[in-house]
This record gives sequence, structure tokens and C-alpha cells, in this order.
Amino acid sequence: MAEAIGQNENHNQLDTQGESLEAPLPTSIDLQAEYENSGVGEVLDELDRELIGLKPVKQRIRETAALLLVESARKAMGLSFETPTLHMSFTGNPGTGKTTVALRMSDILHRLGYVRKGHLISVTRDDLVGQYIGHTAPKTKEILKRAMGGVLFIDEAYYLYRPDNERDYGQEAIEILLQVMENNRDDLVVILAGYEDRMDTFFESNPGFRSRIAHHIDFPDYGNEELLEISQSMLHQQNYHFDDEANTLMSKYIDLRRQQPYFANARSIRNALDRARLRQANRLFQQNDGPVTAEQLSTITAKDLSPSRVFNFTPPSKEKRKNVQKGK
Amino acid sequence: MRITQGCFSFLPDLTDEQISAQMEYCLSKGWAIGIEYTDDPHPRNTYWEMFGHPMFDLKDPKGAMIELEDCRKAHPDTYIRINAFHNERGFESVVMSFIASRPAKEPSFKLTRTDIEGRSQRYSWETVK
Repeated sequence: MAEAIGQNENHNQLDTQGESLEAPLPTSIDLQAEYENSGVGEVLDELDRELIGLKPVKQRIRETAALLLVESARKAMGLSFETPTLHMSFTGNPGTGKTTVALRMSDILHRLGYVRKGHLISVTRDDLVGQYIGHTAPKTKEILKRAMGGVLFIDEAYYLYRPDNERDYGQEAIEILLQVMENNRDDLVVILAGYEDRMDTFFESNPGFRSRIAHHIDFPDYGNEELLEISQSMLHQQNYHFDDEANTLMSKYIDLRRQQPYFANARSIRNALDRARLRQANRLFQQNDGPVTAEQLSTITAKDLSPSRVFNFTPPSKEKRKNVQKGK
Repeated sequence: MRITQGCFSFLPDLTDEQISAQMEYCLSKGWAIGIEYTDDPHPRNTYWEMFGHPMFDLKDPKGAMIELEDCRKAHPDTYIRINAFHNERGFESVVMSFIASRPAKEPSFKLTRTDIEGRSQRYSWETVK
């Protein structure tokens, strides 16, 4: 692998030599024009439009995009440059959009020319770790080979490390990952994702990982208004919409749902909407008064939301709640 | 004796960059890359040893280059060839193959003549290392 890297460097040298023979290095570069040419602007705007909230995340992605643009400008002008390390870790509570952003990330990195192909390979522990001795290394390598030129997204990465079992094969997968993350920085970007507290313990027990990952991006929880907006856009995508009454009821629902256990941000909302659609279909059947219109078929009313358990839920006493969380 | 089998074998040896570019071409056609090695390049030795699995879902040649590098390490001083397998109905076979690595000293072939009935002769080739 060391050899392969040496050759890459040679390749780069050759490239710059070739350029210098053909044309002198440019003395100035219009960053704005570069930005527009790369098409990153579109992706970032799309990100802004389609993903609600997530301000710090978007800010971080913008910064990364700027860094990559500047680095490529430096490269073009023959200034010393170093391929920035772009391995990332996404931490945040369930349903805060980690996977969605990872998908966008591969697109952004591809447009900026940081990864060659821009595909995303999404894996979990099962895809990397084998079941018997000697099974893990080929399995992990197979995945890594597929991910070359793109982004490797490891969901719930903390499962890779099981502190209670020292013979766990996860450690082997981690070692191979670390090696490739270091040696093949130009070839792939690794994104780890997981819940914050568990990722913290994961990084503590694998310090090598923490230092090899330059970008730790934290996904904040959504606010109530953001969640309402998300629910509306989710419905919009499926050609449904709330009526006014349902809209106010939904914001009440979000407020109540947040106080209950197992709240998973946007995912909870999606599940609630799925159930509402179920009730709506059922209601339309039972009404049975003549043909239905397209408007009726696509309106979610307060009646479809109100039977939800959330509205007559009594929060468990504090002790009971603690137990629930421990059990989780 | 320099073995000439598969594509590009009358050209000077491909550099790694050129091999990578050829792999890129194969992947762009949707072919699966497989790596094979042997120490006996006899023309009748059609089936070489497979190194690892054929790589069906690669997007980037780098993955195959890593595998090639591993193969060179595991089997130094052998012939290594890259096969591109086309899995479309009607083809379902190797559509491109080229040698990516050769041993430092290549074997030669010995021609043996055997007398058989009448004054007929039978010819056979043998690899001499």
C-alpha cells in the first residue's frame, strides 16, 4: 500500500510538470467562478431548501466546501498543498438526519472533485465483521474495495467495538479501517455515524479513530416548529396535506410526543404520519358516501390524528421512566 | 521468452497507471474484474489460479489495484493477468484479458518430437523454467 501511495505522488508530480510545460501557472484565480463551475452551489442550495433546520451542520458543510475549493485553487497555482483529511463523524440523537446528510455529502465531495466517483456505500457492523476467525479481514477489505472512489458510511459505528468481549472480531475490522483511512486518504472518505453518548465511549476506547477523523459534526435535535415544517414537507412529498385543524393538532402532537420516551425526532414524525395515513384510508372506507375526490384522498384531517395514543398518554412516574431508559 | 497472450502483450509492459486506466475502461463497460496468476504460461494452460473473488460491484479501479498489489505480494515472480468478465446474457464470458505482471525471468518452451507409426511425428510443447 505504501508503494501505491508513492506512485500517486509521482502521478501528481507528473501532472503538475505537464501543466507547467503547456501553460504558465495562473497568477490569480477567481474563487467565485470556480465555485459556480463546480456546481457545489446548487447542491448547497438544495441542502438548504430540502433539509429543514440543522444550521450547524450546514455551516460545517459550507466550510468544508470552501476549504476544498481553496485547496484546489492552491493546487492549480502550484502552491504547496496537502490533501485535507475528510473523514467525518456524525453524532446526534435518533432521527436527526445523519444518513440523509451523508448521502448529500458524497454528492458534494464528488462535485468538488475530492472523491472520484461519488457513490455511497452504507454499511453496519454486520457487513464488516465476520463470524469466525479469518472471516473479518476479507469481508472488511471487500467493502473497502467497493467504497474506493466514494464514501463509506458506517451507521451505528459504535457497534464495531464491543468492550465486554475482548475476543470480538470488531477490533480487527477497526484496525483494517484505520489503516485504510490513513493510507488511502485520496481514495475514499469514511463517515461514522451514531448516537452521541455511545460514539463518545467508542472514541474513548479507540483513540486512533478520534485523531484520524478531522470533522466531528454534531446534529442538534429539531425544534417543535422545525418538526412541524418537516411533517408538512414529508406529506408534500407524498402528495398529501394537512387541513388547518390538523395543522394545529400536529403541532400539539409534536409538543406532547417530545415529552414521551423513545422520541426519535423526524423518525417519530414519519411514523406518526404513516399511522395517520392508515387512519385516513380507513376513515374514507367507512364513510362510504359516494365517490371520493382527489382533494379528499390527499387531505389528512384532525380526525386522522386525534386517535393517537400520544394525546391521552400519562407520563410514567420518574422512577419508572428511569427504568425505561436503562432498559433501552 | 516473452509471453504474448491477451491484449497489449506486444507492447512494452503496462505501468500501474496504464493498468488502472484499462481497469477504469472495463468498469465503465460494467465488466467485473478478476485477477489470476500462474507460474506456467503454457498456451494450453487456459485456467490460471484465481486470486480472490471476481469484483462485481466496484466503481473505481483503485479497489482492483489494491487487490493486484496484494496478489503481487502474495505471489511474487509469477504471471498475473487481469480478466474482465461480461455478465450480459449472450456474452457471459471473459471479454478482455491482459497480463499485468511478469516474472523477472520468463520460462521458455521446449519442442518435443515423438515418432509414431509410419514416419509420422507428433509435436508437443513443454514449459522449461
